[in-house]
Amino acid sequence: MEGSAVTLTRTESPAAKSGWLNLSPINQRRLENFKANRRGYWSFWIFLVLFILSLFAEFIANDRPILVRFKGEFYAPVFQNYPEDVFLGEEGFLPTTDYKIIEITEAIAEHGWAIWPPVRYSYRTVNTEIPEPAPAKPSWLYDKEARCANYAEGVNDPACIIGNWNWLGTDDQARDVLARSIYGFRVSVLFGLILTAFSAVIGVAAGAVQGYFGGWVDLLFQRFIEIWSSMPVLYILLILAAVLPPGFWVLLGIMLLFTWVGFVGVVRAEFLRARNFEYVNAARALGVGDVAIMFRHLLPNAMVATLTFLPFILNGSITTLTSLDFLGLGLPPGSASLGEMMSQGRNNLQAPWLGLSGFFVISLMLSLLIFIGEATRDAFDPRKTFK
Amino acid sequence: MSDPILKIRDLSVAFSQGGKTNLAVDHVSFEISKGETVALVGESGSGKSVSALSILKLLPYPAASHPSGTILFKGEDLLDNDEEDLRRVRGDDITMIFQEPMTSLNPLHSIERQIGEILQVHRGMSDSEARKRVLELLHQVGIKEPERRLGAYPHQLSGGQRQRVMIAMSLANDPELLIADEPTTALDVTVQAQILELLAELQRERDMAMLFITHDLSVVRKISDRVCVMQAGRIVEQGPTKEIFDNPQEAYTRKLLEAEPSGSPPKTDESAPVVMKGDDIKVWFPIKRGLMRRTVDHVKAVDGISVKVREGQTLGVVGESGSGKTTLGLALVRLISSEGQIRFEDKQIDQYSFRQMRPMRDAVQVVFQDPFGSLSPRMSVADIVEEGLKIHAAELTAEERDERVVRALQEVGLDAESRHRYPHEFSGGQRQRIAIARAIVLNPRFIMLDEPTSALDMSVQAQVVDLLRDLQKRHNLAYMFISHDLKVVRALANEVIVMRNGEVVEHGPAKQIFDDPQTDYTRALMAAAFNLETAPEGVVSQ
Repeated sequence: MEGSAVTLTRTESPAAKSGWLNLSPINQRRLENFKANRRGYWSFWIFLVLFILSLFAEFIANDRPILVRFKGEFYAPVFQNYPEDVFLGEEGFLPTTDYKIIEITEAIAEHGWAIWPPVRYSYRTVNTEIPEPAPAKPSWLYDKEARCANYAEGVNDPACIIGNWNWLGTDDQARDVLARSIYGFRVSVLFGLILTAFSAVIGVAAGAVQGYFGGWVDLLFQRFIEIWSSMPVLYILLILAAVLPPGFWVLLGIMLLFTWVGFVGVVRAEFLRARNFEYVNAARALGVGDVAIMFRHLLPNAMVATLTFLPFILNGSITTLTSLDFLGLGLPPGSASLGEMMSQGRNNLQAPWLGLSGFFVISLMLSLLIFIGEATRDAFDPRKTFK
Repeated sequence: MSDPILKIRDLSVAFSQGGKTNLAVDHVSFEISKGETVALVGESGSGKSVSALSILKLLPYPAASHPSGTILFKGEDLLDNDEEDLRRVRGDDITMIFQEPMTSLNPLHSIERQIGEILQVHRGMSDSEARKRVLELLHQVGIKEPERRLGAYPHQLSGGQRQRVMIAMSLANDPELLIADEPTTALDVTVQAQILELLAELQRERDMAMLFITHDLSVVRKISDRVCVMQAGRIVEQGPTKEIFDNPQEAYTRKLLEAEPSGSPPKTDESAPVVMKGDDIKVWFPIKRGLMRRTVDHVKAVDGISVKVREGQTLGVVGESGSGKTTLGLALVRLISSEGQIRFEDKQIDQYSFRQMRPMRDAVQVVFQDPFGSLSPRMSVADIVEEGLKIHAAELTAEERDERVVRALQEVGLDAESRHRYPHEFSGGQRQRIAIARAIVLNPRFIMLDEPTSALDMSVQAQVVDLLRDLQKRHNLAYMFISHDLKVVRALANEVIVMRNGEVVEHGPAKQIFDDPQTDYTRALMAAAFNLETAPEGVVSQ
């Protein structure tokens, strides 16, 4: 048995050196295991594509063109605000240009061209041309006549084109649901990732200190954590959110107060187990300091448990954000938020596209993350073998 | 000789992992008759245990498979049997004793339940019948006051007693074949002698067949009638024990026979400067009881021991497990706290804090027992060896460090290229060399060697001993060598301390201790280590 392990790694080592990632054999095996879980592997790629696309949401769903050529010059409204007089000359007086009004579109069409994003709405753009009072149905549910009814020139209006469709309808403030979903996905994932990263750093550090030093440090810290984690988190969140000004970072900070606790248990257990390993004693005998031992010798042991835990914390924080938004206590009004969309869906049962869009985006996001998490966990399981 | 009860013909065992197949046992044939003991000898990884485990089909199927061979037990091919039939044979006709008595007993079951279980499974005995039989068995395997031991749990027994319980379990149903897989490797020499004697006696009484697996040739010589020498999955030589030992035919067998640690320590020099000196060292662990956790008593792990280690010389510390050898060593290198004066060269270090000790750690080094545990599995060999340099020679550039790592690896007989590999790619002996390189690279003055050869194969032990002696001569190192293996100590030590229960039993020049031991305890240790003889009752632990 021993022999087989040796032959296996020997044949693998050269590959490791030529590859773009210089992975140790054990990590190569983990990567193989991760790939072998087809569902998790595909989820990972789908999620990655969606996430990267959503990072460039301004180029996909926006109420201003990506690039404008006007009178021989280039303008990039995505990045920069241009006052109206750039395009309208003396007639323009507003400090920001609304690229959707007829004067501007005509001026641009006359003196150059504009490249629009596929969806011509941002998450806060109010669509004034919807065919019926908001919330309006998805555009493809109307015939052309009805769809263009509210445009100035009806069916012949140059603005009544597919780029101006509301693919998933609008919400009760006439904002495009698709654009809000894209931006909402981005906010949720970013929120989850940042929160998870911060909680991991704090939780791992706290768990490491407790496990490594043990004794009184451990005892006192554990009692503190017991009290801390028995607080009714949601109520405290509600109270704090009501007192503090709402905002992305405030919310993140408040939630961080509670999520880091999740990591402490696993990391502490790993450190308690590993601190008396012989190679840790050997390092002590070399005169290696406590911090170095914790980082170099013990942390790698705890990383497996932590990595296994990460995706589930990520999901948990996204869900909490969504539920706070649903209750109206999360991000400030007007932000792109999936929770708010769900809440609108509840208030407008006659407009099922609101609730359904919110539901599908959230469940797609959470399922992908859970599948990835599952695959990661399996990949780190030393006993698991895949055929 | 009567008809063999177990006939193994052309047995092969293959393991497949990740699409690769690896032949662990390659066309092995041997047989065992009633009342005969056959020993399977070889280094670790030679396939002895795998061959034995396949007799009862205890391998991890389907990862393991048998490309060829038959195992005929009383005319029946065990390899063809299904699980149901095998369960009838296991624990009834053929039983097994494993190496590690710590883990082969269930820690949550009392002795009575452990032994009673297999009586109830195979014989359908009632509780009271089983109890009677368990008492009888415990008596036979030499456990004193068996009535009081019935309710005991494994952790309340010593290693030797646990192995006796294992033997009682395996004898419960009067098996026809007993497979003993390194049953004494994890035990102290004195206990090993007792267990071997017990096994031999029980086998004679019952006319049982026994398959004995070991890497220790002195055990083979003591117990077996016939020997099969295994190397890399093949039996290279088999025959009656006496013939093999007196007239080995194969080169490999000869190599094994010559592998005993040999040579003599460097010349004793009473005038050499003292490097490490401990005076009246005490390590007491408090026993706390009651609500207020008052200290009611102490476990005296080391109780007032004085030692002196001279430059270029070796102090051997011997004793059974639990005698406080390692604790003494750890106290001297200040890895645990102790009382009593400790001087290293001209500094008195017993009051130094861990931080104060740090600048001196390069001069005082430790090599641990278990080469599998003492190397961090996630660091490459280069990272492991240079870790100390980063602390004690921080002024070195990366190239200079690398150069010193290469030099240290070459010094311990390893290829310089191996520094880019990870510990799991190396064998036990190579790993111990890496651990020694890690200590050597810092140019230490004193090395505490805590049983550095105990986890290694006999032939590898000899190599490591030679290496240590060679390094000592070249760098004029002071060694404190802790071991329960007297053969190794004899090959290295100038001066020996014999310890028991935290106290010194005998102390003197190595030659005197080995040639003319003064106390019964030392004599018992010698007898057990060199002749596998048991001592009169009461001299050593059970």
